[in-house]
Amino acid sequence: MRSAASGPAGGGFSPNGPSRVTDHSPPAPRRRLNLAWLGILPFAAFVALFLIAPTMKIVIGAFQRVDGSFTFENIAGLFTPSILASYWISIKISVASAALGALIGFLMAAAMVLGGLPRFIRAPLLTFSGVASNFAGVPLAFAFLATLGPLGLVTMWLRTEFGINLRALGFNILSFWGLTITYIFFQIPLMILIITPALDGLKREWREAAQSLGASARQYWMSVALPILAPSILGTFALLFANAFGAVATAIALTGSSLNIVPIMLFAQIRGDVLGNPHLGYAMAFGMILVTALANVLYIWLRIRSERWLK
Amino acid sequence: MKRAAAWAILLLGMAYFILPLIGMVEFSLSMKRGIYSFEAYRVVFADPRFRETFTYSVVMAVLTILFGILLVVPTAFWVRLKLPGLRPYIEFVTLLPLVIPAIVVVFGYIRLYNTSSWLPLTGTIGGTNLLLLFGYSMLSLPYMYRAIDTGLRTIDVATLTEAAQSLGAGWVTILARIILPNVLVAVLSGAFVTFAIVMGEFTLAALLNRPAFGPYLQLMGANRAYEPFALATIAFLITWACMGLIQLVTRLSKFDRAPK
Repeated sequence: MRSAASGPAGGGFSPNGPSRVTDHSPPAPRRRLNLAWLGILPFAAFVALFLIAPTMKIVIGAFQRVDGSFTFENIAGLFTPSILASYWISIKISVASAALGALIGFLMAAAMVLGGLPRFIRAPLLTFSGVASNFAGVPLAFAFLATLGPLGLVTMWLRTEFGINLRALGFNILSFWGLTITYIFFQIPLMILIITPALDGLKREWREAAQSLGASARQYWMSVALPILAPSILGTFALLFANAFGAVATAIALTGSSLNIVPIMLFAQIRGDVLGNPHLGYAMAFGMILVTALANVLYIWLRIRSERWLK
Repeated sequence: MKRAAAWAILLLGMAYFILPLIGMVEFSLSMKRGIYSFEAYRVVFADPRFRETFTYSVVMAVLTILFGILLVVPTAFWVRLKLPGLRPYIEFVTLLPLVIPAIVVVFGYIRLYNTSSWLPLTGTIGGTNLLLLFGYSMLSLPYMYRAIDTGLRTIDVATLTEAAQSLGAGWVTILARIILPNVLVAVLSGAFVTFAIVMGEFTLAALLNRPAFGPYLQLMGANRAYEPFALATIAFLITWACMGLIQLVTRLSKFDRAPK
């Protein structure tokens, strides 16, 4: 495997020859054939074959009939009550978990950066955030089943110590709120990791300037700090939204098939064509790409805006 | 007052993170009625399916890391050296796996590389393994590329390359003996993230029907009472270990670099 992968890379480098490396001068017009692009050929081939082509296959398939002719039928097929409902509940869970994750993550990061807490808290909290934001998928679902499931730690504790029966109150881990509470386990740390640099970027001078003009802490936050942070916060919110929308494993391990969110439906469709039309599956996947892509475009755009102030 | 509020927020937040972990560990120790025991772990370790799937995932993770290094180090090096204008575009492409949900990409794999296509990878077990390897590499690309590109930024790629060339080194020597050792810390952090991702990955392995650790975890969760929590604890420890190792290599590297 080693030789197979390094072979083309080595081959890609040689056509240029070593002599060109010393060429530091700005790109003056030259007649020589530029073959430098050959060096990224293996990478380009990998990305084309295993990222772009599969995605394009889905996008194109969403606009094709089984015989290959062009159609909008599959997209129109998405607008049936059951599929629309699955998109709607997916979007609701993603919005709720992104909003809660962003809010709690922001509060925790602000407490850490601006709350006057000892410095030694910072490194462990950031490391833990790195771990927790990567601790998604199936194990996370088990952790929450053990905590808030019917026999979970917190469920039993609330029942025996306080007589609070979560089930009787309508809470069920296999539900909208159950999934949302589970998702924020990886949403909060991601928010902390992204927003901490932004909070670090708030300059002390801005606060002092506001204070010397007679602003209260509230006024400072409402008219100075939050407007500066707003693009970062909203951008991270969009990122968290996409993060939750594409999460498959946690949802499947937690709810099985009892909650029809989009990733679970698509998973079942890929496994066994439950929709009865393979191209409807393409359309569903295309819808997922569309939603996550929109969220990410929003994130990138807001990020560029936020960098105006925070440098 | 402000400090008290900050403490309260932080402690409440930490309680939310720690309770599920306690719940998970507590359950994993409660297989024997009435007492805490490692019975669930014993059962898990004795299960041949656990050993098979765990070994499979470890091997896949190592192969993914090797492939990722062979793919990303030369590319990132070449782009920095010769094609700096392409950097934003390459970076954008490497971030795409975070945008396009994995389930969509693997759906594409299944349709594109099935038995009736020009590249029938899913037709054989070896081919499917290879496809899964490429899939894992795709998933880890954002982390791997970021880590290595950041590592390359800290060294003077052009000067090192020229120095090596003036001593008669070829491209393979330059990459393997000059560039790689210099970005080793970055490569290692990318590698540990990749390891954590591959060990916990579910969607790709499940849809390509390969016997990896993630699908095994899910299967146990659907059928057993206590073992899944032992497995989840093990998975959490792996993630912890990977992140801990990243911290460790980053910290160690601060001391082996000459002061400027």
